[in-house]
Amino acid sequence: MHIPDGFIDLPTSAIFAAASAGAITYSLVGARKQLDEKSAPLAGLTAVFIFAVQMLNFPVAAGTSGHLLGGALAAVLVGPYAATLALTVVLVMQGFLFADGGLSAIGLNVFNMAVLGVWGGYAVFLLVRKILPKNKSSISIAAAIAGLISVPIAAIGFVFQYSLGATATFSVSAVLGAMVGTHILIGIGEAIITALTVSAVMASRSDLVFGWENKTSTLEIRN
Amino acid sequence: MSNRKFIFVGLLISALLAGGASFYANSNPDGLEKVAQDIGFIETTKDNANSDTALADYGVKGIENERLSVGVAGLIGVVATGAISGGLFLLLRRKNPKN
Repeated sequence: MHIPDGFIDLPTSAIFAAASAGAITYSLVGARKQLDEKSAPLAGLTAVFIFAVQMLNFPVAAGTSGHLLGGALAAVLVGPYAATLALTVVLVMQGFLFADGGLSAIGLNVFNMAVLGVWGGYAVFLLVRKILPKNKSSISIAAAIAGLISVPIAAIGFVFQYSLGATATFSVSAVLGAMVGTHILIGIGEAIITALTVSAVMASRSDLVFGWENKTSTLEIRN
Repeated sequence: MSNRKFIFVGLLISALLAGGASFYANSNPDGLEKVAQDIGFIETTKDNANSDTALADYGVKGIENERLSVGVAGLIGVVATGAISGGLFLLLRRKNPKN
Protein backbone atom coordinates (compact mmCIF):
# COMPACT_ATOMS: atom_id res chain seq x y z
CA MET A 1 0.00 0.00 0.00
CA HIS A 2 3.07 2.26 0.22
CA ILE A 3 2.97 4.49 -2.87
CA PRO A 4 6.44 4.85 -4.47
CA ASP A 5 7.71 8.04 -6.11
CA GLY A 6 6.41 8.58 -9.63
CA PHE A 7 2.84 7.16 -9.52
CA ILE A 8 1.24 10.49 -8.60
CA ASP A 9 2.40 13.88 -9.93
CA LEU A 10 4.08 16.44 -7.68
CA PRO A 11 1.25 19.04 -7.49
CA THR A 12 -1.22 16.38 -6.31
CA SER A 13 1.37 15.00 -3.88
CA ALA A 14 1.86 18.53 -2.49
CA ILE A 15 -1.91 18.98 -1.96
CA PHE A 16 -2.09 15.75 0.03
CA ALA A 17 1.06 16.62 1.96
CA ALA A 18 -0.69 19.83 3.04
CA ALA A 19 -3.89 17.95 3.96
CA SER A 20 -1.83 15.43 5.96
CA ALA A 21 0.04 18.23 7.72
CA GLY A 22 -3.34 19.67 8.76
CA ALA A 23 -4.49 16.30 10.09
CA ILE A 24 -1.21 15.83 11.98
CA THR A 25 -1.54 19.27 13.60
CA TYR A 26 -5.14 18.48 14.61
CA SER A 27 -3.97 15.14 16.05
CA LEU A 28 -1.10 16.77 17.97
CA VAL A 29 -3.61 19.07 19.67
CA GLY A 30 -6.00 16.19 20.41
CA ALA A 31 -3.28 13.81 21.64
CA ARG A 32 -1.89 16.50 23.94
CA LYS A 33 -5.26 16.73 25.69
CA GLN A 34 -5.80 12.98 25.83
CA LEU A 35 -2.44 11.33 26.61
CA ASP A 36 -1.39 10.90 30.22
CA GLU A 37 1.33 9.02 32.10
CA LYS A 38 -0.45 5.72 31.49
CA SER A 39 -1.50 6.02 27.84
CA ALA A 40 1.62 7.72 26.41
CA PRO A 41 3.91 4.65 26.68
CA LEU A 42 1.20 2.48 25.05
CA ALA A 43 1.03 4.94 22.13
CA GLY A 44 4.79 4.58 21.65
CA LEU A 45 4.55 0.79 21.87
CA THR A 46 1.71 0.80 19.32
CA ALA A 47 3.93 2.52 16.75
CA VAL A 48 6.72 -0.01 17.36
CA PHE A 49 4.35 -2.99 17.12
CA ILE A 50 2.78 -1.72 13.90
CA PHE A 51 6.22 -1.16 12.37
CA ALA A 52 7.17 -4.75 13.25
CA VAL A 53 3.95 -6.34 11.99
CA GLN A 54 4.01 -4.30 8.76
CA MET A 55 7.19 -6.25 7.88
CA LEU A 56 5.22 -9.51 7.92
CA ASN A 57 3.65 -9.75 4.48
CA PHE A 58 1.10 -12.57 4.25
CA PRO A 59 -0.10 -14.22 1.00
CA VAL A 60 -3.59 -13.17 -0.13
CA ALA A 61 -4.10 -14.48 -3.66
CA ALA A 62 -1.99 -15.90 -6.46
CA GLY A 63 1.18 -13.81 -6.59
CA THR A 64 -0.05 -11.12 -4.20
CA SER A 65 0.80 -10.32 -0.60
CA GLY A 66 -0.54 -7.90 1.95
CA HIS A 67 0.46 -6.61 5.34
CA LEU A 68 -1.19 -4.97 8.32
CA LEU A 69 -1.89 -1.25 7.93
CA GLY A 70 -2.75 -0.91 11.60
CA GLY A 71 -4.86 2.26 11.50
CA ALA A 72 -7.98 0.73 13.03
CA LEU A 73 -5.89 -1.26 15.53
CA ALA A 74 -4.05 1.85 16.71
CA ALA A 75 -7.27 3.90 16.93
CA VAL A 76 -8.94 1.28 19.15
CA LEU A 77 -5.86 0.89 21.38
CA VAL A 78 -4.79 4.53 21.85
CA GLY A 79 -7.50 6.70 20.25
CA PRO A 80 -7.53 8.25 16.78
CA TYR A 81 -5.32 11.28 17.58
CA ALA A 82 -2.38 9.28 18.91
CA ALA A 83 -3.05 6.64 16.21
CA THR A 84 -2.60 9.19 13.40
CA LEU A 85 0.70 10.28 15.00
CA ALA A 86 1.90 6.69 15.55
CA LEU A 87 1.17 5.70 11.94
CA THR A 88 2.84 8.88 10.69
CA VAL A 89 6.02 8.06 12.63
CA VAL A 90 6.00 4.55 11.12
CA LEU A 91 5.50 5.84 7.55
CA VAL A 92 8.19 8.52 7.83
CA MET A 93 10.64 5.95 9.26
CA GLN A 94 9.86 3.49 6.47
CA GLY A 95 10.29 6.10 3.75
CA PHE A 96 13.54 7.61 5.03
CA LEU A 97 15.29 4.63 6.63
CA PHE A 98 14.10 1.70 4.50
CA ALA A 99 13.18 3.37 1.17
CA ASP A 100 9.65 1.88 1.56
CA GLY A 101 7.21 4.39 0.05
CA GLY A 102 8.42 7.37 -1.96
CA LEU A 103 9.71 10.50 -0.25
CA SER A 104 7.58 12.72 -2.50
CA ALA A 105 4.68 10.34 -1.72
CA ILE A 106 4.88 10.60 2.08
CA GLY A 107 1.95 13.01 2.19
CA LEU A 108 -0.10 10.65 0.00
CA ASN A 109 0.76 7.64 2.17
CA VAL A 110 0.12 9.47 5.45
CA PHE A 111 -3.25 10.61 4.08
CA ASN A 112 -4.33 7.07 3.08
CA MET A 113 -3.02 5.08 6.04
CA ALA A 114 -2.57 7.50 8.96
CA VAL A 115 -5.65 9.65 8.25
CA LEU A 116 -8.23 7.66 6.21
CA GLY A 117 -7.23 4.27 7.68
CA VAL A 118 -7.26 5.58 11.25
CA TRP A 119 -10.35 7.81 11.21
CA GLY A 120 -12.33 5.62 8.78
CA GLY A 121 -11.49 2.57 10.87
CA TYR A 122 -12.37 4.39 14.10
CA ALA A 123 -15.75 5.51 12.69
CA VAL A 124 -16.59 1.90 11.76
CA PHE A 125 -15.45 0.76 15.23
CA LEU A 126 -17.76 3.26 16.97
CA LEU A 127 -20.72 2.24 14.78
CA VAL A 128 -20.24 -1.50 15.35
CA ARG A 129 -19.59 -1.03 19.09
CA LYS A 130 -22.91 0.79 19.35
CA ILE A 131 -24.80 -2.18 17.85
CA LEU A 132 -23.07 -4.96 19.82
CA PRO A 133 -23.68 -5.84 23.48
CA LYS A 134 -21.52 -3.93 25.95
CA ASN A 135 -18.90 -6.53 26.79
CA LYS A 136 -15.21 -7.19 26.22
CA SER A 137 -15.51 -9.54 23.24
CA SER A 138 -17.58 -6.92 21.41
CA ILE A 139 -14.54 -4.63 21.45
CA SER A 140 -12.45 -7.24 19.60
CA ILE A 141 -15.24 -7.94 17.09
CA ALA A 142 -15.82 -4.24 16.43
CA ALA A 143 -12.05 -3.73 16.02
CA ALA A 144 -11.87 -6.63 13.54
CA ILE A 145 -14.67 -5.22 11.38
CA ALA A 146 -13.06 -1.78 11.57
CA GLY A 147 -9.76 -3.32 10.43
CA LEU A 148 -11.46 -5.16 7.56
CA ILE A 149 -13.13 -2.01 6.20
CA SER A 150 -10.21 0.36 6.87
CA VAL A 151 -8.06 -1.35 4.23
CA PRO A 152 -10.39 -0.81 1.22
CA ILE A 153 -11.01 2.73 2.59
CA ALA A 154 -7.25 3.43 2.37
CA ALA A 155 -7.17 1.79 -1.08
CA ILE A 156 -9.96 4.09 -2.27
CA GLY A 157 -7.83 6.99 -0.99
CA PHE A 158 -5.14 5.92 -3.45
CA VAL A 159 -7.68 5.65 -6.29
CA PHE A 160 -8.85 9.20 -5.50
CA GLN A 161 -5.25 10.43 -5.68
CA TYR A 162 -4.76 8.47 -8.92
CA SER A 163 -7.86 10.09 -10.42
CA LEU A 164 -6.51 13.55 -9.59
CA GLY A 165 -2.84 13.22 -10.48
CA ALA A 166 -1.78 9.92 -12.03
CA THR A 167 1.28 10.12 -14.26
CA ALA A 168 -0.12 7.13 -16.21
CA THR A 169 -3.31 7.21 -18.30
CA PHE A 170 -5.00 3.90 -17.45
CA SER A 171 -8.71 4.17 -16.65
CA VAL A 172 -9.66 5.13 -13.09
CA SER A 173 -12.49 2.60 -12.98
CA ALA A 174 -10.09 -0.26 -13.80
CA VAL A 175 -7.78 0.88 -10.98
CA LEU A 176 -10.76 1.24 -8.61
CA GLY A 177 -12.04 -2.29 -9.27
CA ALA A 178 -8.62 -3.91 -8.92
CA MET A 179 -7.63 -1.92 -5.82
CA VAL A 180 -10.88 -2.53 -3.92
CA GLY A 181 -11.03 -6.23 -4.86
CA THR A 182 -7.46 -6.93 -3.77
CA HIS A 183 -7.70 -4.86 -0.59
CA ILE A 184 -10.89 -6.52 0.65
CA LEU A 185 -8.82 -9.73 0.69
CA ILE A 186 -5.98 -7.99 2.52
CA GLY A 187 -8.62 -6.58 4.88
CA ILE A 188 -9.42 -10.12 6.05
CA GLY A 189 -5.81 -10.50 7.23
CA GLU A 190 -6.03 -7.04 8.79
CA ALA A 191 -9.20 -8.09 10.66
CA ILE A 192 -7.57 -11.26 12.04
CA ILE A 193 -4.39 -9.48 13.24
CA THR A 194 -6.43 -6.59 14.69
CA ALA A 195 -8.77 -8.96 16.57
CA LEU A 196 -5.90 -11.08 17.97
CA THR A 197 -3.98 -8.02 19.15
CA VAL A 198 -6.97 -6.24 20.70
CA SER A 199 -8.05 -9.49 22.40
CA ALA A 200 -4.58 -9.97 23.87
CA VAL A 201 -4.47 -6.43 25.27
CA MET A 202 -8.08 -6.70 26.53
CA ALA A 203 -7.16 -9.94 28.34
CA SER A 204 -4.05 -8.52 30.02
CA ARG A 205 -4.72 -4.79 30.48
CA SER A 206 -8.22 -3.81 29.34
CA ASP A 207 -7.89 -0.56 31.32
CA LEU A 208 -5.32 0.62 28.76
CA VAL A 209 -7.63 0.13 25.75
CA PHE A 210 -8.99 3.51 24.56
CA GLY A 211 -11.95 1.94 22.76
CA TRP A 212 -13.01 0.20 25.97
CA GLU A 213 -12.05 2.81 28.54
CA ASN A 214 -13.83 5.47 26.55
CA LYS A 215 -17.16 3.80 27.25
CA THR A 216 -16.57 3.40 30.97
CA SER A 217 -15.37 6.97 31.38
CA THR A 218 -18.57 8.20 29.67
CA LEU A 219 -20.54 6.24 32.26
CA GLU A 220 -18.48 7.77 35.06
CA ILE A 221 -19.36 11.28 33.92
CA ARG A 222 -23.07 10.48 34.07
CA ASN A 223 -22.83 9.27 37.68
CA MET B 1 0.46 -7.00 34.73
CA SER B 2 2.25 -3.79 35.68
CA ASN B 3 2.62 -0.94 33.16
CA ARG B 4 6.35 -1.49 32.96
CA LYS B 5 6.02 -5.24 32.37
CA PHE B 6 3.27 -4.74 29.77
CA ILE B 7 5.42 -2.32 27.74
CA PHE B 8 8.46 -4.61 28.08
CA VAL B 9 6.52 -7.66 26.84
CA GLY B 10 5.10 -5.63 23.95
CA LEU B 11 8.53 -4.42 22.90
CA LEU B 12 9.93 -7.94 23.17
CA ILE B 13 7.17 -9.34 20.92
CA SER B 14 7.79 -6.52 18.41
CA ALA B 15 11.55 -7.24 18.41
CA LEU B 16 10.95 -10.97 17.85
CA LEU B 17 8.55 -10.26 14.96
CA ALA B 18 10.76 -7.66 13.24
CA GLY B 19 14.04 -9.39 14.05
CA GLY B 20 13.04 -13.04 13.56
CA ALA B 21 9.66 -13.66 11.93
CA SER B 22 10.22 -11.04 9.21
CA PHE B 23 12.53 -13.49 7.36
CA TYR B 24 9.47 -15.64 6.65
CA ALA B 25 7.36 -12.80 5.23
CA ASN B 26 5.77 -13.45 1.84
CA SER B 27 7.89 -11.80 -0.84
CA ASN B 28 5.19 -11.43 -3.50
CA PRO B 29 4.31 -7.85 -4.53
CA ASP B 30 1.79 -6.23 -2.18
CA GLY B 31 -1.74 -5.25 -3.22
CA LEU B 32 -0.89 -1.86 -4.72
CA GLU B 33 2.25 -3.13 -6.46
CA LYS B 34 0.35 -6.08 -7.97
CA VAL B 35 -2.47 -3.82 -9.22
CA ALA B 36 0.15 -1.47 -10.70
CA GLN B 37 1.79 -4.42 -12.50
CA ASP B 38 -1.50 -5.87 -13.78
CA ILE B 39 -2.86 -2.55 -15.03
CA GLY B 40 0.50 -1.25 -16.21
CA PHE B 41 1.31 1.90 -14.23
CA ILE B 42 4.18 0.15 -12.40
CA GLU B 43 6.30 1.61 -15.24
CA THR B 44 5.90 5.07 -13.71
CA THR B 45 7.74 4.06 -10.49
CA LYS B 46 10.78 6.19 -9.70
CA ASP B 47 13.43 4.99 -7.27
CA ASN B 48 13.23 6.35 -3.73
CA ALA B 49 16.08 8.84 -3.26
CA ASN B 50 17.24 6.62 -0.39
CA SER B 51 17.10 3.37 -2.38
CA ASP B 52 20.88 2.90 -2.19
CA THR B 53 21.30 3.66 1.50
CA ALA B 54 22.46 1.20 4.14
CA LEU B 55 19.01 -0.10 5.13
CA ALA B 56 17.07 0.17 1.85
CA ASP B 57 14.37 -2.50 1.37
CA TYR B 58 14.74 -3.85 4.90
CA GLY B 59 18.23 -5.27 4.53
CA VAL B 60 21.58 -4.16 5.93
CA LYS B 61 24.07 -3.43 3.18
CA GLY B 62 27.13 -5.63 3.57
CA ILE B 63 25.44 -8.44 5.51
CA GLU B 64 25.31 -11.36 3.05
CA ASN B 65 23.23 -13.72 5.20
CA GLU B 66 19.65 -12.85 4.32
CA ARG B 67 18.13 -13.94 7.61
CA LEU B 68 20.62 -11.82 9.54
CA SER B 69 20.31 -8.88 7.15
CA VAL B 70 16.51 -8.52 7.40
CA GLY B 71 16.57 -9.34 11.11
CA VAL B 72 19.09 -6.65 11.98
CA ALA B 73 17.24 -4.15 9.75
CA GLY B 74 14.02 -5.01 11.59
CA LEU B 75 15.63 -4.54 15.00
CA ILE B 76 17.09 -1.19 13.92
CA GLY B 77 13.60 -0.18 12.79
CA VAL B 78 12.09 -1.22 16.12
CA VAL B 79 14.67 0.81 18.07
CA ALA B 80 14.38 3.85 15.79
CA THR B 81 10.55 3.79 15.77
CA GLY B 82 10.53 3.35 19.54
CA ALA B 83 12.94 6.24 20.09
CA ILE B 84 11.00 8.66 17.88
CA SER B 85 7.46 7.69 18.91
CA GLY B 86 8.44 7.25 22.56
CA GLY B 87 10.03 10.69 22.62
CA LEU B 88 7.06 12.29 20.83
CA PHE B 89 4.38 10.79 23.07
CA LEU B 90 6.28 11.42 26.29
CA LEU B 91 6.63 15.09 25.26
CA LEU B 92 2.90 15.28 24.48
CA ARG B 93 1.58 13.65 27.66
CA ARG B 94 -0.03 15.51 30.53
CA LYS B 95 2.17 15.21 33.58
CA ASN B 96 -0.58 15.65 36.17
CA PRO B 97 -3.85 14.31 34.79
CA LYS B 98 -5.79 15.23 37.96
CA ASN B 99 -4.94 18.95 37.84
